[in-house]
Amino acid sequence: MFEIALIFLIALGLAWPLGRYMAGVFSGQPHLSDRLFGPIESVIYRLIGVNPLQGMSWKNYAWALVFCNLVLGVIAYLILLFQHVLPMNPDNIGPLSWDLALHTAVSFLTNTNQQHYSGQAQLSYLSQGFLIVTLQVVTPATGLAACVAILRGMVGGRNKDSANEGEPRDLGNFYVDLVRGVLRLALPVALVMSLLLTWQGVPSTYDGAQVTQTLDPAVEMQEQSVPVGPVAPMVAIKQLGTNGGGWYGPNSSNPLENPTPVSNVLETVAIVLFPMAIVFMAGYMLSRRRFAVMSLLVMGVMSLAFVSATVYSELQPNAAFAGLSADGPNMEGKEVRFGPELSALWGTFTTQTSNGSVNSMHDSFNPLGGLMTRAGMLINAIWGGVGVGFINFIVYVWIAVFLSGLMIGRTPEIFGRKIETKEITTLGALIVLPTIVILGLTAITVGVPGLAQNSNPGFHGISQVFYEYTSAFANNGSGFEGLGDDTPWWNVTCVIALILGRYLPIVLPLMVAGWLASKRAAPVSSGTLRLDSATFGVTLIAVILILNFLSFLPSAVLGPIGEGLELSTTILSRE
Amino acid sequence: MMKKHTTNMLDRQVLSNAAWLAVKKLNPKAAAGNPVMFVVLIGTVITALITLQRMFTGQSFGFELATTLLLFFTVWFANFAEAVAEARGRGQAASLRSAKRALKARRLKNGMEQIVDGDTLRKGDQVRVGQGEYIPADGEIVKGVATVNESAVTGESAAVLREAGGDHCGVIGGTKVLSGEIEFAVTADPGHSFLDRMIGLVEGAQRQKTPNETALTVLLAALTMVFILVVITLPPMAGFLGASLDYTMLIALLVCLIPTTIGGLLPAIGIAGMNRALAANVVAKSGRAVEVAGDVDTLLLDKTGTITFGDRQATEFLTAGQVRMADLVSAAVLTSYEDPTPEGKSVLELAERQDHRVPVRPTDAEYLPFSAETRLSGITLADGTIYVKGASDTVQQWAKSRQIAIPGSLENLVKQVAQAGGTPLVVASESQILGVIALSDVIKPGVAERFVRLRALGVRTVMVTGDNPITAGVIAAEAGVDDFIAEAKPEDKLQLIRDEQAKGRLVAMVGDGTNDAPALAQADVGLAMNSGTQAAREAGNMVDLDSDPAKLLAVVEIGKQLLITRGALTTFSLANDVAKYFAIIPAVFAGALPAIAALDFMGLNSPLTAVLSALIFNALVIPALVPLALRGVKLRPMTAEKLLRNNMLIYGLGGVVLPFVVIKAIDMSLGLFL
Repeated sequence: MFEIALIFLIALGLAWPLGRYMAGVFSGQPHLSDRLFGPIESVIYRLIGVNPLQGMSWKNYAWALVFCNLVLGVIAYLILLFQHVLPMNPDNIGPLSWDLALHTAVSFLTNTNQQHYSGQAQLSYLSQGFLIVTLQVVTPATGLAACVAILRGMVGGRNKDSANEGEPRDLGNFYVDLVRGVLRLALPVALVMSLLLTWQGVPSTYDGAQVTQTLDPAVEMQEQSVPVGPVAPMVAIKQLGTNGGGWYGPNSSNPLENPTPVSNVLETVAIVLFPMAIVFMAGYMLSRRRFAVMSLLVMGVMSLAFVSATVYSELQPNAAFAGLSADGPNMEGKEVRFGPELSALWGTFTTQTSNGSVNSMHDSFNPLGGLMTRAGMLINAIWGGVGVGFINFIVYVWIAVFLSGLMIGRTPEIFGRKIETKEITTLGALIVLPTIVILGLTAITVGVPGLAQNSNPGFHGISQVFYEYTSAFANNGSGFEGLGDDTPWWNVTCVIALILGRYLPIVLPLMVAGWLASKRAAPVSSGTLRLDSATFGVTLIAVILILNFLSFLPSAVLGPIGEGLELSTTILSRE
Repeated sequence: MMKKHTTNMLDRQVLSNAAWLAVKKLNPKAAAGNPVMFVVLIGTVITALITLQRMFTGQSFGFELATTLLLFFTVWFANFAEAVAEARGRGQAASLRSAKRALKARRLKNGMEQIVDGDTLRKGDQVRVGQGEYIPADGEIVKGVATVNESAVTGESAAVLREAGGDHCGVIGGTKVLSGEIEFAVTADPGHSFLDRMIGLVEGAQRQKTPNETALTVLLAALTMVFILVVITLPPMAGFLGASLDYTMLIALLVCLIPTTIGGLLPAIGIAGMNRALAANVVAKSGRAVEVAGDVDTLLLDKTGTITFGDRQATEFLTAGQVRMADLVSAAVLTSYEDPTPEGKSVLELAERQDHRVPVRPTDAEYLPFSAETRLSGITLADGTIYVKGASDTVQQWAKSRQIAIPGSLENLVKQVAQAGGTPLVVASESQILGVIALSDVIKPGVAERFVRLRALGVRTVMVTGDNPITAGVIAAEAGVDDFIAEAKPEDKLQLIRDEQAKGRLVAMVGDGTNDAPALAQADVGLAMNSGTQAAREAGNMVDLDSDPAKLLAVVEIGKQLLITRGALTTFSLANDVAKYFAIIPAVFAGALPAIAALDFMGLNSPLTAVLSALIFNALVIPALVPLALRGVKLRPMTAEKLLRNNMLIYGLGGVVLPFVVIKAIDMSLGLFL
């Protein structure tokens, strides 16, 4: 318990100054970091032919973001498809199938890191060390850029003083935001993190595999080859950028990726660091610190509640072992070094933030824990992915503002700007989207025999399928495992879920922010709904929970809830 | 208007008409405008077909039939709610139409009178109307004065004065001249008269969705989509578990989940909002205008007529020097007997109110009426005694010309009255200065309390007056307005509205004169007085038939109430789903997946009674909320945060808890029969 509190406090303590620094970086005002990064950036702008002073409307911003991703995606796909003829492939690894290459490219492009390929055996050094790591740095910066643009739009855009009502507003320059996010944030923080991890013993080398003698020479295997490499830097960005795809197959449950209690604390903090910092950043960028405090409290309360439930769940015995061993916490799929609490904390954080890295196997969580990890992904706005998590949070805020606005008898407005039919139509699409994608794909996959290729029948089988699509749509990437998921069906449908789950929740809110930006802003009066009040915070939590509850309760009943009820009846009947 | 209709809004006649109308509204074309109820209608048809199919194949069909009937009643109740709301508007339209009978008109052409039908009159025609005749068309008086009974339109039987020139020259077709004769110029072509437009507005109220209502409909449609997806993806998932689901139950689940409560009441709420405005005798030219009124940030109020009574009134007698109060009062009263100005009348009222002994009205005295040249009014009694009253400087000049000493205390008295925002009238006799009558603005009762309410709701009030800043400041402080503009010219209003709007505020104002028209048009809510000019009535987006400027405050409250009712019932409707899930989900899976039965912690009798109870609750909640939808949620003045907290507690938390209790109760009573 003490460690959980400590990790929360360290994360908050670091997120505050980081958020402040981020607000400075994106403010457009001269900033201390200009001295170091300014010259490098101007070279980059000249190389890619971008005028950094050119502002963009929401349309241009969204187009630049999509275009940039399209180019990156095509390059990624081609590298994966032709890795066997490209350099840096000493082990002569073959090409990926068209569908697996597509899924892998899109998965990393969307900051998801869902892996349908098995282990590292199917990727060349070029694919792994160059392509994937590049995307792990660029994609969180992309999400952050979109978030920053939306925040600018919410307070009228950068040209709010000169533009007239109804005129398109300047939400910033996508390329500048992206380059700054990479150079001034992702890389330096990852550098510090990887040094800390190296200090804790995470390998950081270009040497080949280490060959060691086994302790007991009597066994058949005399020596063991331990693969190493530049693990620490990759783990750093994996954790910080809500990426999740690790160096080793077992991810951060592997002792080389996560060797000590300190490294576990560092890596757990890193999961939530940027998402938390973005909340602080939003407070500074909107010049509404109390709004940031409300957001922090809403996310914090929900996060803590979910962590508590998962910890409670994993402290219960595993039903499968009932009567077979002494009663104790559910240790199936967990590292003994971390135990149930820290595994549950990681599991909750990594699903809330759309990170997807693991230090234990979520497939083995007790049903309540499985439900919490699912709920974290479905809500996808408690901290959430870098940038996109806060965007999702804002979408919930908009919906809550609409309902509360009606309840206080004013046309709903946020920061003085009215939410009207156009905006609500777009938000309505965002409400329907997860049910179309997740429920639709799950129903088809379990409905058509032979498509699912899963290892379990019954409730758990549905959970596996549902989790896979939820993980893809939420751009989380963690897996429930046990799926034969390298099939064209799985690859293609997950690509659909990945793309819809990444780009619509970025572009549609950008659109709404763009529209809101060009509206006339009404001044605050005592009739204005205060978004920083406790009442609104509670309303917001209710909206978040009820929307997801209504959308996903029946499917949860056929998944983890049914499983839990079934297990509890089994336990009862055995006793 | 038609106050007789407002008293029993739910009488038997209205209800039985509405019941029949609700059946007529079942036709798919009419239903398609409301996506939520349309889904229920389709569900009804499907369950009806399932029932028939089971009936003909010899299977048991009791549950299917019950479900079909409950779904049918859900739709019918929703239609009924709308029909009840419309019925009131229809009643009002009918009574308006009776005023619009075929009228003959005396059209003037080249000075000759021609008798023509009222509906052949065109804009610009000159018409003469005499005592006891009906006014055949809308127009503006060009000649003459008349008292007019406008009760056909306003419901007020008190006659109103209409005269050429000024701001009271407008006449309305269908009203009756009680006395006098007027000539007026027609200002509206047939079919476009005020009465025609009002009938159209009242009848067509339900056809114009306001922007906010549209936005809410979109949100409800999105939620309906979500629930359709939730329900249609269940059979394949259950199939994976080897279970097959009952389609009637799935349709019941869908209908219980989609927001039928708010979906069913939404049209009624909107119409009822318009009706509440009508009941307050305000005709809104669109539903949007009423809604915008709820958003208003700034109210621009004329001091005169809105905040204070139209005219200054005597409020105090102040004696100068050693003069006895009785002398001052009797002089003041004597000078006022023949003074027709409101100030003069108020002197008499004040003397009476203060129980002074009042001299009898002299019969053989000579009166000096108030005139612009003398700026004095006075009286010369038979015994030669002279009394005058008038503005301070005028009376002092008059006194000086007669070598009457001016007491030193007079200066102080005059100053004292002026500083308190009043106007001093000095009273003198032929021998001495008697004292001062303080004329002050009297604030209408209840106005100050209303401003407090409005401030709590976040509405700023700005008073506009032609008075000097001192007077204006005193009245502003007394009435409790937030700001005031003194020495304002008519064009200042327009400028002020533009300034406020540039700051992002929504502005409402009241006006009646032609020079108010631009400001009325510019304001987000322009409430024109029915007694005002045609131009003002055209420019505003609402007309107050009672011509009471203070009505603006009521309109703001009606607008807010309209939005709150919508928001509260939406929240209630969504919160209900939690309990319905727990009632129906275990029932849907009960047969096939026994593990899930544990979710039924309400302990309902059987899956069938569980589903029927949820459906009965779902259907009955609509008529149960009709009175609330028609009346509107009670609006109490409080900050936005408190309002939200109260409504979340009542409609959010209450919406979660109530259905658990009611569904359990219905289930228990069903258990007695089944």
